[in-house]
Order: sequence, then structure tokens, then C-alpha cells
Amino acid sequence: MRLFEYEAKEIFKKFQINVPPFGVAKNVDEALAIAKSIGYPIVIKAQVLVGGRGKAGGVQFANNDSELVEKTRKILGMEIKGIKVESVLVGRSAEIKKELYLSIIVDRNNKAPVVLASKEGGVEIEEIAKMDPSKIFRMRIDPLTGLREFHLRRIEKFFGRADIAELLNKMYKIFKTYDCELLEINPLAIDDKDELIAVDAKMTIDDSSLFRQKDFRSRADKELNEFEIIALEKGFSYVESDGDIGIISNGAGLTMSTMDVVQLFGGRPANFLDIGGGASADVVYNALMIQLKHPRTKGIFINILGGITRCDEVAQGIVKALKEFKTNKKISIRMMGTNEEEGRAILAKEGIKLHESMEEAAKEIVESVK
Amino acid sequence: MAILIDSNTKVLVQGITGKQGSFHTKLMKEYGTKILAGVTPGKGGQKIYDVPVYDTVFEAIKDYPDINTSIVFVPAPFAQDAVIEAVDAGLKLIVVITERVPMHDEMFFVNYARARNAKIIGPNCPGIISPPYSKVGIMPAHLFKQGHIGLISRSGTLTYEVAYRLARKGYGISTAVGIGGDAIIGTDFIEIYTMFLEDKATDAVVVIGEIGGDMEERFSEFYSKLNSKKPVVAFIAGRSAPEGKRMGHAGAIVSMGVGSAESKINSFKKANIPVADFLDDIPALLNKVL
Repeated sequence: MRLFEYEAKEIFKKFQINVPPFGVAKNVDEALAIAKSIGYPIVIKAQVLVGGRGKAGGVQFANNDSELVEKTRKILGMEIKGIKVESVLVGRSAEIKKELYLSIIVDRNNKAPVVLASKEGGVEIEEIAKMDPSKIFRMRIDPLTGLREFHLRRIEKFFGRADIAELLNKMYKIFKTYDCELLEINPLAIDDKDELIAVDAKMTIDDSSLFRQKDFRSRADKELNEFEIIALEKGFSYVESDGDIGIISNGAGLTMSTMDVVQLFGGRPANFLDIGGGASADVVYNALMIQLKHPRTKGIFINILGGITRCDEVAQGIVKALKEFKTNKKISIRMMGTNEEEGRAILAKEGIKLHESMEEAAKEIVESVK
Repeated sequence: MAILIDSNTKVLVQGITGKQGSFHTKLMKEYGTKILAGVTPGKGGQKIYDVPVYDTVFEAIKDYPDINTSIVFVPAPFAQDAVIEAVDAGLKLIVVITERVPMHDEMFFVNYARARNAKIIGPNCPGIISPPYSKVGIMPAHLFKQGHIGLISRSGTLTYEVAYRLARKGYGISTAVGIGGDAIIGTDFIEIYTMFLEDKATDAVVVIGEIGGDMEERFSEFYSKLNSKKPVVAFIAGRSAPEGKRMGHAGAIVSMGVGSAESKINSFKKANIPVADFLDDIPALLNKVL
């Protein structure tokens, strides 16, 4: 889960990391009140969770009240990558002498946190990596030892500043405390008083840790649409795409392949719905309900291969949903694996036919929505 | 012959009294897997399908010193503790089925196990099967026929799907290993493939990858530098996945420009590894390389 910049900065403040004074505004009056207390020049930043807000005009500067009113209004009326801007961060614009980069990420290959640092901040780290990888300092932190004094000495030496070691120490504490997948300060600025300031803050919390990161669990709901909320509550994975064939499958790999095969036959998947391992009839019922209610789906492709998932549970869920919600949407089902015979019997009793092949089922559903 | 597990594998089930743990204990036993004991803290003394249950791994190992492998069904919040306990009790192969284990826990126990020469398969995986000798996992066993193809996969259900399609065309499996769908996992393609190179029962290997990370790219590079190799056929899930979205598996996400299906398919092709577009193409491609 990605946090808003203002949320990350609140956490930074708690850990005594220097951030420019700021407040969060949902309208022009709130923005003016914040500006009054912190003083100009001000930077206004759209609070959205998608990247590329700078390029979209979601970051603007103001030197007086009238500029602030005009620009705040503009940003609050914006959509960035389809997401409506609901609030802005109104912050003191720092006097920046130099921009640096510092982050801690969960690195898949190293199976460990890795610190990334660069003396050239302000641009995306991927850009720096493309232009000149030698400018990026990388340091693995063994999860068994955690951050040690020698790590701090290494980062101090790289930047030639003692206060960066102290900053990294605080960042690592946040990284651990909040189960971060990513914690990035870019740019990390040196201001006119030669102090370090976190001008921006990016923080992503590992979704699997939310059972113990309870502050953020409830927050997730407000970015989700009605179907995503059902999925979250019922414990299955649901991702929107843009086509018209709803996909229900089990296991991420098979669900992706089910989408892929629809696309290879010329169809367009509406979504990715993975009921997961060992899904109950109730989960399947809710999964099918989403597809039946979804305004974009014209057809539904159910592709189940039971391992930990039992076909009889799946069949019960399908029957319950179809009895409750009458539909004209075309449905293709292919189902095999654990307790397959029991599952087939349940569906046969209701006159529901199964496909033997995933490819045939895909072809049929693609044809039927054309 | 096979890799990782065979008829000498003696199994401990951690989380044996849970819904999944007990259900799959029954199925593994029916398959012929030698399950000697189970553990669930606080539930010691009972029996699950005739398997004695202990409160701790140490007690189980004391009564059954032949145990050499553990399979973990313990819920995510407690999975880290279970894995570390198994490592400390001296087990060298630990298969973690549990989904949604926090990354920070995974980083810790994967490194902890490595430091003690224990191998972790998973988390978030279907386990291992060496037909017909042993199954330490949750896969529907009837889809897996004995044979000479090694299978390595990041996805559970795709492993079953591929095994089933191979069987229909007369190909069997030496060992199938589901390495797990998380970003942080214990064992990767290169390590399992290296074991298959030394396994006499394996003639060729099917690698089933998916979007996210660069494990497939690193495997392709490793493979292209090998002097003596066994042929590989690959499949990649997630060509149609929208960018920047996590597709079910914690590890299945194209982020920071890394992990697209296209990049993986290109890397395989560059290493002269044929890539199947459809699952049904896999047996035909094997036919060509064998």
C-alpha cells in the first residue's frame, strides 16, 4: 500500500526527520489558512498515489494569496491518470542548494533491504540508473544483523556528510516499524543553511503486513471501488482492466494465463479475479456476484484447477450466485482437480455444462461477446 | 531418482490441525508420502489421520529422529516462528505453503535458513512432487505422471495445468517444484535447474515464469553461459496484465520498469530457450528439443 506524501511526512516528523513545514488542504480556504501560518513562498502538491504528478502539473508554486488561490483551485480540479485530486499538500518551498537521493527498498534478488543513494537527486532513480549506473551507491543490509555502525560509516563516506548517517538510521527504523517495501526521499535537499530536508517522501507498506499495520488497514478503503472493497473483505485478489470479459480463476499464475488466452484469441479481459487457494463457496459466490453486477462485463470465463481449492465448494458458490442473480451474460466454465467429480455433479444437477478445455472455453466466450 | 524429495523423505507437518493442514495431510498420506508427525502449539497429544501431533518441533523430532523435511501450513502471522523453529531443530528442507507472509518476515527466515544450510521452498507455493514416490505439497496428484521432465514454477495452479497437459501427450514428471509467487522466496529457478542437471531421471526442464522481478532474465543469462545443459522450454504468465498493478501474487508486478512479460520472453529467446504462447504448445516444444 502506497502512502500519501503527507502521511509519510507525518511519520518522518515523528522520527525527527526534517521536512519543510506543511499542512493538508481540501479547499482554497484551508490552503490560505495553512499559508498564513507557514509563510510564502509556498509549494502546492497534489496528493495522489499514482506517479507522474509533476509532469501532469500537479506541483505548483505560489508567492502570494492570489497565486495560491488560483493554483490550488486548478490542482483540486485536476485528474491525474484518471484519479481525481481530493487534497493538496501546502508546504513551505525550501531554499535548495543541492538535491540528493536516498532510499531503502526490499530487493528481490538480494532477499534483503538495499540502500540506494545518489549525489544526484530530483530525477527518478531509474533515469539515473539508465544514464550512469556508477553514480548509484548500493548497500545490502543483512536481515539477520540489521543496520550496523559500519553501514552508517559507509553512507557517511559516500556523501561526505555525517548527518546523512543519522538520517539513514532514522529511515531504517521507519522501514522496519512500518513493514516498508519502499522508503524513498527524492529529492533529499541540502538547504541554504546546509541542513538536510526531505522535500518529498514516498513510502509503500507491504500489503501482507497489514494485519499488524492496523493504522493503515482502514485507510485503504477510500481508494477502492465497490468491487475492490468486496474483494478485500472476502479475501480474494481483484484487479480492474479495461475489457468486457470477466475472469474468475484460482491462483495468480492461472488467472493471468486465463486473461492471456482470452487476449490471444482476440478478446479483452475486464479484470483479474483470483479466488485464491482453498476458496470457500462464499468466496466464489461473491466473486461471481462481482462479475454479474459489473457494468463492463458482457461475458464471464470461470477457469478452475483445484489443488488446495475444492471443486465442490466452487460449484456450490456458482450455483448460489446464479440462482440469486438472474443474468443474460454468457458464462463459460472449465473446472478440474480436487473433488472434481463432486463439483461436476453439483453443476450437472442445475443443468450447467462444463468445458473440458481451457482454450475451447476461451474461444467460446470471446466469440459470444463479439 | 528425483530431486529434493523421494521415497526416503520423512515429513513433519507444521500446522497439522488446521483446515488445510489436516486435509492435505490426508491427501499426502494417501499418495504414499511418509508423514511421521505433526505440530500445532497447544494441540499436542491428539492424532490427525493417525499422525501424532506435538506442541513443538523439538518434541516431534525427539520421538521421530528420521524426520528430514517439514511442510508448513501455519497462518501467515506465525509462519516466521514456525520456519525458524524447524531450522533450529535441524531440518534441512522446509516447504512453506502459507500465503501472505510479510516480506520482512520472509527476508529474515530465508536468510536465517541459508546461514544454516537449510533450504526453503516457497513461501506461497504448492510444494514439491516426485511421482510416484512422494508429495510434499498440495497439488492434485492424479495430474502428475512419473517421467523425465523437471518442472519449475512460480505458480501453483499453472504447475498442475502444465503437468496435466504433459501427461495427456505422454510426458511424465521427474520432480515438479513450485518455488512460490512472492517477491521474496527461498529458492529460485537457477538453483532448482542446477539440481535437475545432476538428476539422472530428468531429460528436460519446463520453466514457468510470470511477470515481476528478473528471475527469468537471470536464469536465461545463467543458462546461456552453461557448457553442458539439459534443454529448457519456457512459459510466461501475464502478457495481458496492466502495468503497475499487482496480479494476485505479491511478486507479480511490473514496477520501476522491471518485470514485463515481454522482457522475460525476449531474454528466453536470446538464450535459445523456446517459449510457448499457449499452454498446449509446451509438449510440442519439448518434442522438438528432446
